[in-house]
Amino acid sequence: MSVALRADRLVQRFGTRAVLADLSLEVGRGEIVSLVGPSGCGKSTLLRLLAGLERAETGRIELAGQPLTAPSRLIGYMFQDPRLLPWLTVRDNIVFGLPGAARRNADGLVGSLLSQVQLEGAASLWPHQLSGGMAQRVALARCLAVEPSVVLLDEPFSAVDALTRMALQDLLLAIWQRTQLTMLLVTHDLDEALYLSDRVVVMLGRPVALSESLVVTLPRPRDRRAPELATWRGQLLEALHLTGGAPQPLGSDTLRGRTRPHGAAIQPGAADDP
Amino acid sequence: MTWAAASRGAEHRRRRWLGVVLPLTSVMLWFAVTSWRHRFLPHQLPSPGQVAETAWQLARSGELWQHVLASSGRVLAGFALGATVALVLGTLVGLSRTAEALVDPLLQLARNVPSLAWVPFLLLWLGIDEAPKITLIAIGAAFPVYLNLVAGVRQTDRALLEVGRVFGLSRDAQIRRIVLPSALPYLLVGLRIALGQSWLFLVAAELIASTRGLGFLLIDGENTARPDIMLVGILVLAILGKLSDSALRDVTRRLAPWSEVR
Repeated sequence: MSVALRADRLVQRFGTRAVLADLSLEVGRGEIVSLVGPSGCGKSTLLRLLAGLERAETGRIELAGQPLTAPSRLIGYMFQDPRLLPWLTVRDNIVFGLPGAARRNADGLVGSLLSQVQLEGAASLWPHQLSGGMAQRVALARCLAVEPSVVLLDEPFSAVDALTRMALQDLLLAIWQRTQLTMLLVTHDLDEALYLSDRVVVMLGRPVALSESLVVTLPRPRDRRAPELATWRGQLLEALHLTGGAPQPLGSDTLRGRTRPHGAAIQPGAADDP
Repeated sequence: MTWAAASRGAEHRRRRWLGVVLPLTSVMLWFAVTSWRHRFLPHQLPSPGQVAETAWQLARSGELWQHVLASSGRVLAGFALGATVALVLGTLVGLSRTAEALVDPLLQLARNVPSLAWVPFLLLWLGIDEAPKITLIAIGAAFPVYLNLVAGVRQTDRALLEVGRVFGLSRDAQIRRIVLPSALPYLLVGLRIALGQSWLFLVAAELIASTRGLGFLLIDGENTARPDIMLVGILVLAILGKLSDSALRDVTRRLAPWSEVR
């Protein structure tokens, strides 16, 4: 599998506080990778660096082997909130990222995107007329309209109710089936991470230096009730020190000795300690 | 239309009629204290009937329309001039801290000068024709547009600017496609206030050295001890101001249908 997106030894500090120290990550072409970890661990910072919204102090980001220094149309970004432009209709929001000439002759594209996100007939609505879930689907269509090769998603479904969230997850998978887009997803929802991803990367510690990976080997379409998912969920909770009991110091390095090498699979049912 | 929307529409229409209640009550009260109880002498407060008759005479002779036409023309010209200048300055100052540091202190000084203080100088510099009147109205119209536009440009949501950056928009494109549209509702509010100001400044402009216009009608009524004429002038000014504001509000609804600022 060729590498679509590579982050190499990224360092980022806010003031004197290091958020990322020598963080490296690779996402293969067509792969869906989730980043999970406690709040403030640097997941969103990493995503914003990859999108070019912020510059890393040191380190290198490559998109399909080419160095990336500024926002690129090849990288789509889904925010936590829809961020639709209130003065544009759904149609004009969807084509917002296209160049001028393409924006005017985009009716075919808009129709096809609206049907992909199951919002047929919504083209002339205003953002304030949409529910949260609908607005987020329009944001997804806007993101896809420019045909990015990689999509970064920053907790994209965290602001909608649980049932809408599951519907949006299935929608995202359906789009992935068709386009084989590369996706990197930040989420707090372990079930979401396991249901969607080929690989779940746990980010822990301050600064985040190492990221440990759990490869989700279950073929798609996945059953949300699959026992493997529950097993993996347990392992993720353990990796995040969230199994209950006495509170663990945040950012402790005690996990280091027990982590697998970067990219190694955790097999369901395998003993946790080697 | 859904049932809920229809019922909202009916409610809206019902509320609109509420606006007629107080003006109608005022006229009835006016009638009561003049024609019925005679609490005021005619040269203090003429009755509604007298005022209506004076209005009818002024309208029939064509004199009233002459004044209305002269005043409306001045308001439109002054409003357009002031709003255009403010549009340019407001955009520049809203976008650039350097422009703000350069321009804003002077404008804030000028803003606090009472309108009447300008009149003698405008007459000295621009003569007694239309130019000083239109300039005075332009001064009155410019400040609300300027202040609202600067505020509108400044309140642009950073989250939306980030959307622009994600799509690789240049600074120019961000201004054109995000900053200015998001400032539009503020601009439209500024324009509505400015139009109201224009009518206020009109009377100040016409109080001095004019032979036509509603301000002249007021002065003429005062000089000839005709309160009925003055009341006609006041009522026509009120009605014109209200009509022009409603027209601009309709424009706002068409230009910014997404906006909740109504």
